[in-house]
Amino acid sequence: MSARATAGEKAGLAALALLGLLAGGAFAGLVLSATRQGGDVAGAFDTWLWSAARFTLWQAALSTLLSVLPAVLVARALFRHRTFPGRGLILGLFALPLAIPGIVAALATLMLYGRAGLLAPVLAPLADGQWPGVFGLSGILLAHVFFNLPLAARMALEALEAVPADRWRLAAQLGMGPAARFRVIEWPALASALPGIAGLVFMLCATSFAVVLTLGGGPSASTLEVAIYQALRFDFDPARAAALTLTQLALTGLLVTGLQSMGAPLTGETNLTLARHGYVPPVSRSQAISGMFVIAMAAAFVGGPLVAMLLSGLQADLPRLLGESAVRQALVTSLALALASALLAVALTLALLRLRLDREKARRRGVSQGWIEWAAGNGASLILLVPPIVIGAGWFILAVEAGQLRLTGIIGPALVTTVNAAMAMPFVMRLLGPAHDMAAARHDRLSANLGLTGWMRLRLIDLPALKGPLAAGFAFAMALSLGDLGVIALFGSEDFRTLPWLLHARMGSYRTDDAAGLALILALSCLALMMIAARAGRVRA
Amino acid sequence: MRNILLAACSAIAMAGPAAAADLTVYTYEAFTADWGPGPVVEKAFEAECGCDIEFVDVTDGVALLNRLKLEGEDTGADIILGLDTNLMADARETGLFAPHGVSLENVDVPGGWSDGTFIPFDYGHFAVVYDTEAVANPPKSLKELMEGGDTPKIVIQDPRTSTPGLGLVLWVKKVYGDDAPQAWKAFSDRVLTVTPGWSEAYNLFVKGEAPMVLSYVTSPAYHMIAEDTDRYQAASFEEGHYMQIEIAGQTVKGKDNPLAARFLSFMTGPGFQDVIPETNWMMPAGKTEKPLADAFSKLVEPSASLTFTPEEVAANRKAWVDEWLSAMSR
Repeated sequence: MSARATAGEKAGLAALALLGLLAGGAFAGLVLSATRQGGDVAGAFDTWLWSAARFTLWQAALSTLLSVLPAVLVARALFRHRTFPGRGLILGLFALPLAIPGIVAALATLMLYGRAGLLAPVLAPLADGQWPGVFGLSGILLAHVFFNLPLAARMALEALEAVPADRWRLAAQLGMGPAARFRVIEWPALASALPGIAGLVFMLCATSFAVVLTLGGGPSASTLEVAIYQALRFDFDPARAAALTLTQLALTGLLVTGLQSMGAPLTGETNLTLARHGYVPPVSRSQAISGMFVIAMAAAFVGGPLVAMLLSGLQADLPRLLGESAVRQALVTSLALALASALLAVALTLALLRLRLDREKARRRGVSQGWIEWAAGNGASLILLVPPIVIGAGWFILAVEAGQLRLTGIIGPALVTTVNAAMAMPFVMRLLGPAHDMAAARHDRLSANLGLTGWMRLRLIDLPALKGPLAAGFAFAMALSLGDLGVIALFGSEDFRTLPWLLHARMGSYRTDDAAGLALILALSCLALMMIAARAGRVRA
Repeated sequence: MRNILLAACSAIAMAGPAAAADLTVYTYEAFTADWGPGPVVEKAFEAECGCDIEFVDVTDGVALLNRLKLEGEDTGADIILGLDTNLMADARETGLFAPHGVSLENVDVPGGWSDGTFIPFDYGHFAVVYDTEAVANPPKSLKELMEGGDTPKIVIQDPRTSTPGLGLVLWVKKVYGDDAPQAWKAFSDRVLTVTPGWSEAYNLFVKGEAPMVLSYVTSPAYHMIAEDTDRYQAASFEEGHYMQIEIAGQTVKGKDNPLAARFLSFMTGPGFQDVIPETNWMMPAGKTEKPLADAFSKLVEPSASLTFTPEEVAANRKAWVDEWLSAMSR
């Protein structure tokens, strides 16, 4: 027991240390620069900032509510209906909104619901003939729900699928009705996962920046992230950027960790399950109809803007784009980067999950655990509250201070890989967490009895048991990294052009059609990844 | 899988330290893009000097200045290319630029140029660009734009994060002076939304979401030349148009490199200036050999080029942006 705990513990602590280093290094860089040039920290905390903070939290709370509640219905429906044609495609599509750059997704929702959107003629009668579009809070909420509903549904689905099949069987044998099954089986599984899911969605919405500004209709709709970004641009004031980031961490972080502490710990099954995985609870006719209705609605909501994106992407000269060496090079760079980030994200997450579980068990035995258990559970999430531009600027300053400017060509890509991995970890954690804890509860004793530890245990016990969620987590991490950019604004690595970078560059120089075509290529690559992962993760009967 | 891993390694290896070039120019990304002026300029200058020039690019002009500030005197740059007149005072204050010592006889920008440190490489006037299929009567003056009702709608950029956004603030301040806050209040109903940067705004515009957008007088030239359409036009304003001049200068490091002054001199001549109009979509600020494409003769010719001095901008930018912020966020 102790040998395994040590190996697992080391990996977990190393993962925590890496996260700490990433954020701490960035802060150190900013503070270092601030001590050189001074700064106007107090100037940042004006009335405008507090109204921005209020708006940040308000729109994030609404977005979370509107994303997570329907997501539960969608997840339940998807859990019950596992064989209809197109289910795999829907699950794949659900990963896309997060994977395409925010501004592209925002434009995609406008192609549907905007003033000139495909639905404008249908919506016009509602607004006296001229559909005014969706700018303002409604636009922000629409885009945020489009991003997060599918994500939340996907995560809630993983929580439901982590429930051991034996429970369903037992419920059926006991003749439980749908209401009783929900109360006794589904709700506990969802209740333990939902606070984490809601917390993640809340953080994503609170730090949303380009989407909020673009769709918000005016500067009164801006988030704290805008102030941080501003501090690192025209004003270049690292001290203020650091102070604002800490404010964002404090305000949002407190809310989120409060929310997450509401999550009840999962009670595991200590006996080995005999039932095959993937047991489908019986579905009544009315349930089947309502379930398919929910799925159809969700698919239409998520699929609509994606179809609009497809149509506009098809107008681009795709053969020419794919023939360009710049595009092919960017695609390869993006895929390589995403692969490296995803591997790192999954490895770090597994280490943190193990660490948290071990600490939780130790606490139950009465050994006080303090902040490490907390950090293992929450540290990965909080990194989302540190804006990429802060991490990028902070580390750039460190590189300059260390006199390693010539190395920015290496530091830049390494930083992007690590930041992408760190940013993907909260997602992987939620996709993997329920299944991991459930599997650990079932296998820990067996492994201890057999003396299986470290790598052997990981290979023989954990990886096979977690195959499905691991593939899902891996694919999500890859998809997220494919769409990400923003860290290397100052680094300027000419040889490190990713697909989203190319997309933004073309968008910024009148080449709108090219940008739409690249968005399509990006989305299709992501979809392919999700489908491959789904196939790889399928549990063999 | 293995191929991707190999590609990852090679991508990282390629991004490693580059061999030291004879001349290092820091610039913004749009300059070095495949379709930007960078590749042509690099080839032309290298042919002339028989040397190796290296471009290092960051996101935009603002990031460019920030990067230089961070690097300080140890900067790797000989030349900084891509700041504008609004950043000029801040740039000068860093003390990291050296006098150029280059003849300005080729330089040609509205209002003339005599600065001893910075040299213009192109310029452009901000303008409201409109969709002729959606707007029959575009505003004829800034006053009409600001006070002429709430349609047709316009998308503008946030002055806190974007250069054109800041340009509009300066334009309004130049025309309205102390009455700017009232003008912004009247204007706010016309504003469909405020985007963080130019590209979001322009995309909303070409997707038909907004009939007007804040952009440049030269924007229609792109659509005429690359897309062969007259659909998008700039509105000519009676009061004149605010002007942005893009500048370059040599750093204290570059002053010891004879190629730096040579490059700046080259920059004012046809080898550089000829490619500016149709790659950077701005007006050339020096001597050209080729006549400009026809499309450029069809563009709006501003009746006046409005500017503040760089020092005025530096001293008042924050106050004026705050004014915009409180008037617009009612």
